[in-house]
Amino acid sequence: MKIFNYHSAKDVKEASKLSSSRSAFLAGGMTTIPSMKLGLASYKDIINIKGIKKLSGIKISGKKVTIGSTTRHAEVANSKEIKKAIPSLSALAEGIGDPQVRNRGTIGGSIANNDPAADYPSACIALNAVIHTNNRKIDAEKFFRGMFETSLKSGEIIESIEFAIPQKSSYQKYPNPASRYAIVGVYVAKHKSGVNVAVTGAKSCVYNDKNLSDILSKSFSADAINNTKISASGMNSDIHASADYRANMVKVFC
Amino acid sequence: MSKVSLEINGKKISKEIPDHTTLSIFLRDILNLTGTHVGCDTSQCGACVVHVDGKSIKSCTALAVDLDGSKITTIEGLTTNGKMHPMQEAFKKLHGLQCGFCTPGMVMSAIDLLKSKKNPSDTEIRDWLEGNICRCTGYQNIVAAVKEAASKM
Repeated sequence: MKIFNYHSAKDVKEASKLSSSRSAFLAGGMTTIPSMKLGLASYKDIINIKGIKKLSGIKISGKKVTIGSTTRHAEVANSKEIKKAIPSLSALAEGIGDPQVRNRGTIGGSIANNDPAADYPSACIALNAVIHTNNRKIDAEKFFRGMFETSLKSGEIIESIEFAIPQKSSYQKYPNPASRYAIVGVYVAKHKSGVNVAVTGAKSCVYNDKNLSDILSKSFSADAINNTKISASGMNSDIHASADYRANMVKVFC
Repeated sequence: MSKVSLEINGKKISKEIPDHTTLSIFLRDILNLTGTHVGCDTSQCGACVVHVDGKSIKSCTALAVDLDGSKITTIEGLTTNGKMHPMQEAFKKLHGLQCGFCTPGMVMSAIDLLKSKKNPSDTEIRDWLEGNICRCTGYQNIVAAVKEAASKM
């Protein structure tokens, strides 16, 4: 790992002020640290944001679940309140990586990284999440821009993620046997306003399958998509699964 | 360089270290606590698992400076008055190891499991240990050892 200067910010303002084009914010570090060790990334400054109290914690109010950006996966997985409000969300957190990753990794880190096979981005899309930063609120649909790319600007810090509590929801994935990342993961959520079918792992970035969402919004049953064909166009193809296999998995999980 | 103060196996330690020092390097190269092993060094194999404030983490993927003020327990911190921890005893008794390289991480990870699940099933043990890789034993005796330890703890 190349040398860098470490800072521990006491508040969001200080963290933002310390940042530059050659810095990274450090939350759980589950991607940042391995990336630096493998020489895939190097930074002049690493700014730890875990000491900022207001970025951590779980709040449930009315129809929303709000999770602070540095809240760890294990906290989401074990939260009784989330298990009650959105059981599929705590189940998703329980399935990330391994126990040690879940003890360190954070929800904000996961969505800021926007790995094409990460679990949380699909939850954000399916649960109509609003991403609160130190500058603005961003709808999940506009937040995830492409492979490892988000609409976050330099110096912008995710403070919390606000999820809408659905009427019904489920997240199913075929985990990579080694990493537990989703080879394909599908998050279906039924809201009063309609159904979302968020897909991760299948393409270069998480997406809402509008066709499946429309069909299930009209008729919320497994039979409704029986005759729907999922195109393999644009799907990932690698040693783990071909594009056709992934396209089929989307339908199977949906 | 930054000053880091940690409590390691009950002993308070303060050192001036380069910012990019991982906890595994800090333990092994600076403190000579070589019981914590480094296998893959990419947070997959779990040989480097230690406890930070009671929770298991992979020490190769944490910066020592980031853990300033934490309480850390390594495999060396498990014995009391020269007596092995029940988990270590169980691994020894049931041959839960062959070459022993993964064992410190397995033991530390398994102890963390028993904190939240007193009597885990085979499936729960295997699920929990998915971040710990052993290339010798085939896991059968490791699972048996964790169950044995659970009955003793």
